[in-house]
Amino acid sequence: MGYYYLYLLATLLFVFGIKRLTNIRTCQQGNRLSEVAMAIAILAVLLITAGISWLVVIAGILVGSAIGLVIAKRTPTTQMPEMVAALNGFGGASSALVAMAYLLIDPLIKLDGTSLADTGIVNAISTPATVIIGMVTLTGSFVAYFKLSGKKVAHPLKGVQRHYLHGGLGLFAIGMGTWMVLTGNHTGMTIAVILLAIVSAALGVFLVMPIGGADMPVVVSLLNSYSGVAGAAAGFVIGNPLLIVVGALVGTSGLILTQIMCKAMNRSLGNVLLGGMGEESVAKDAKDYKSIKSTSPEECAMLLEGASSVIFVPGYGLAVAQAQHIVRDLGDLLIKRGCNVRYAIHPVAGRMPGHMNVLLAESDVPYDQLWEMDRINSDFKSTDVVIVVGANDVVNPAAREATGPIAGMPILDVDQARTVIVIKRSLAPGYAGIKNPLFEMDNCLMVFLDAKEALEAIVKEVKELN
Amino acid sequence: MEIFLLVFVFVIASLLGFELINKVPPTLHTPLMSGSNAISGITIVGAIICARSGEGFFAQTIAFLAIVFAMINVVGGYVVTDRMLASFKKKAK
Repeated sequence: MGYYYLYLLATLLFVFGIKRLTNIRTCQQGNRLSEVAMAIAILAVLLITAGISWLVVIAGILVGSAIGLVIAKRTPTTQMPEMVAALNGFGGASSALVAMAYLLIDPLIKLDGTSLADTGIVNAISTPATVIIGMVTLTGSFVAYFKLSGKKVAHPLKGVQRHYLHGGLGLFAIGMGTWMVLTGNHTGMTIAVILLAIVSAALGVFLVMPIGGADMPVVVSLLNSYSGVAGAAAGFVIGNPLLIVVGALVGTSGLILTQIMCKAMNRSLGNVLLGGMGEESVAKDAKDYKSIKSTSPEECAMLLEGASSVIFVPGYGLAVAQAQHIVRDLGDLLIKRGCNVRYAIHPVAGRMPGHMNVLLAESDVPYDQLWEMDRINSDFKSTDVVIVVGANDVVNPAAREATGPIAGMPILDVDQARTVIVIKRSLAPGYAGIKNPLFEMDNCLMVFLDAKEALEAIVKEVKELN
Repeated sequence: MEIFLLVFVFVIASLLGFELINKVPPTLHTPLMSGSNAISGITIVGAIICARSGEGFFAQTIAFLAIVFAMINVVGGYVVTDRMLASFKKKAK
């Protein structure tokens, strides 16, 4: 019985760990605490559980750890968003499997003639719920993974047919869940739970498919929340308070991030989940630009030469081009000349929450140069040069109009600066698939190059001007 | 009564979660996401409980897979989070 207090200790460490993870000074320590908590939790369950199959447990832990380690070590920083999505999927899958395994091993449920419902209302609800949420998390995360790796994953159906398909799958899942709960026949129950897992997996695929790439920060946060909820639900299945508490904590943290991301795009969660945006709605007029002024790195360098304040606006293009180091080099060069250099971070720039912050942290940009949207927006009008690196929708003034796909989304008001330099490979639209009126403005200059090439050329030119 | 306690714990823990994470600086959005992602691998505890000896091959296989997946989530999640936070740390010096 005493070992059960290890669960309590682990729970407390998780709570403090998560708390510390939300503060920049303590975050590393926070992660360490939660790692220790996880180790204690695993130790506790090994001590407590009688009749463990050590072969299965040790082999499983070794194989899983090895795979996890390789994935985490080998993945380049650019692919971090999709890796986090994939890892999340594994957690969901594990919870679903726990619920399935429990049906097969619980001595009471195993008896023919005893249905799941006979074992109590909590089991009757939590078992199918764990399987559904866990499997949706698994396949949804992998669709997100493919989308984040830049693969086109389109929904096979359009419009209302799509809802029929999802509704149909949902009804089938409810049917299987009910059968699984009510049947006293153990073979029937096993078949039902397998079918439930399959239909939930299909549902996860179809639900994430229509969601646009730019909405991935929302989806990834939400799936993160689901994996926590799946863990908590698995906790109800096996009657374990540790899983319930920790799962609930992860569930709420994911939900809070989801809210933050939705707010940053001025869209409701429902609107994001129903999707469609950025997938089929690529406007015909997206390439229909009239007065574009393109410029060269030399000219940019000359503009920067005369600038006393510069703001960089990084976007996903910066991550793709791996230009985070060179952008800092340019920033440092300008600071040395007495220029005020800052980076304006839009909350949904990139493909996961806080993507740009991680990227710029990698190249050691000091925190005090990273400014949040709300703090920096009023400063653009007194800024000499704004350099937009691989961002598009987050600086699109079309968001200020009353209608349109991104209407009402808070944006960085870069168009108010004296000169805006946009480094972008082409005039191709961003994920929202709409034209960006910024590019046509009188104070906007385009540099049609890969972000890294362009910045390297500018750095070279600025150095030569010295 | 036991069921009530579990529900009770779940509700309180959810409220605690909201209170705990109400203010997160944007710099930490990614580490928080990937850190809590690693924590969701807590289901490893459930997976180990299900890995009992003397069960059928099917049940053992499922338990084995549950352990493997949970450990991928735990180890992968923590290592990635450490990698991210390490790049933050360098700067603080």
